[in-house]
Amino acid sequence: MKKSVLTIVIALLAVTGIKAQGYTIGDAVDDFTLENIDQKMISLYSYEDATNGAIVIFTCNHCPYAKAYEDRIIAIDNMFREKGYPVIAINPNDPALQPEDSFDKMIERAKEKGFPFPYLFDETQEIYKNFGAKRTPHVYLLNKEDDTFVVSYIGTIDNNYKDESEVDEKYLANAVNALLDGEKPDPDFTKAIGCTIKDKNYKK
Amino acid sequence: MKIKLLFLFVLINFSAIHAQDFPVYTFNEFEPLLNQQNDTVYVVNFWATWCRPCVKEMPAFNQLFEKYSNEKVKIILVSLDFGENIQSRISSFKHNHNLKPDIVILDDPDSNSWINKVNKDWSGAIPATLIYNKRNRKFYEQSFDFEDLDKELNKFL
Repeated sequence: MKKSVLTIVIALLAVTGIKAQGYTIGDAVDDFTLENIDQKMISLYSYEDATNGAIVIFTCNHCPYAKAYEDRIIAIDNMFREKGYPVIAINPNDPALQPEDSFDKMIERAKEKGFPFPYLFDETQEIYKNFGAKRTPHVYLLNKEDDTFVVSYIGTIDNNYKDESEVDEKYLANAVNALLDGEKPDPDFTKAIGCTIKDKNYKK
Repeated sequence: MKIKLLFLFVLINFSAIHAQDFPVYTFNEFEPLLNQQNDTVYVVNFWATWCRPCVKEMPAFNQLFEKYSNEKVKIILVSLDFGENIQSRISSFKHNHNLKPDIVILDDPDSNSWINKVNKDWSGAIPATLIYNKRNRKFYEQSFDFEDLDKELNKFL
């Protein structure tokens, strides 16, 4: 009896442990519902344009690495929305810690840049934790398989945050094109320098 | 015209005072600083002038610098800033915050190619700190206050 309880406890700890790490490649993504800058709620699983998948990007207003990619994110959305992989941008930051990332400022920035994609606010900061996002910008490319969104690529947009003209590896665009060709993205995981997600519970 | 010239003169002088050339490295040029084989303990902090949590922990690195100025401890602040006037921007930041440790600029935007070489567990978010000597190394993807930073450093002394 004691042994089985212990097994259950260990199994539970293992499950929560994995959960705390966030999604990895091949994981099914839970639905989420967040408020868009037009004050309408958007849910991943009922988002119309997401016919083949979605490009979820944790990003924000203030971070220079994120700002450097704004135009490129617009271009990615223009390139892939009609092919069934629209961009869904999510700001995960707590505006109490980073006032530039408030909901009002999100509306302002989206208007200035003419974002063609939804820009959602993760106000409770639960969604970025479910994903396991660590920084802005942080991309999760989802592929729709049997009506389930499955994580297919995690990482950065390309290999030069500073200067788009110097880019010679378009990781994200290549990954979406691979999915469109029925193949698995390679690489399916990349890293980049970014800003920490501003969360009161962040270590120190 | 004269006023314009005077203004220009003042401006040139002002930038001369502020201009302090920090070394700018690609990752390959920078990498030896992560693998020194001597008796010194290295504290390598990755930061940027625009990064709030990084700026907030700078006094801790200053304090550490002062406390261990007579010991074999070397602090290197690795700026990941980019954009216009990077030298003068960092120079005025150093001046305004009275920063004492060495500053270098890591200008290598293909960061996917080198983040794992700093530490395989690093997501790429800043601030991040590496403490190492020739025997040991530990990586911290977090912010520090002085007390915790001092405690971690002492594990290497």
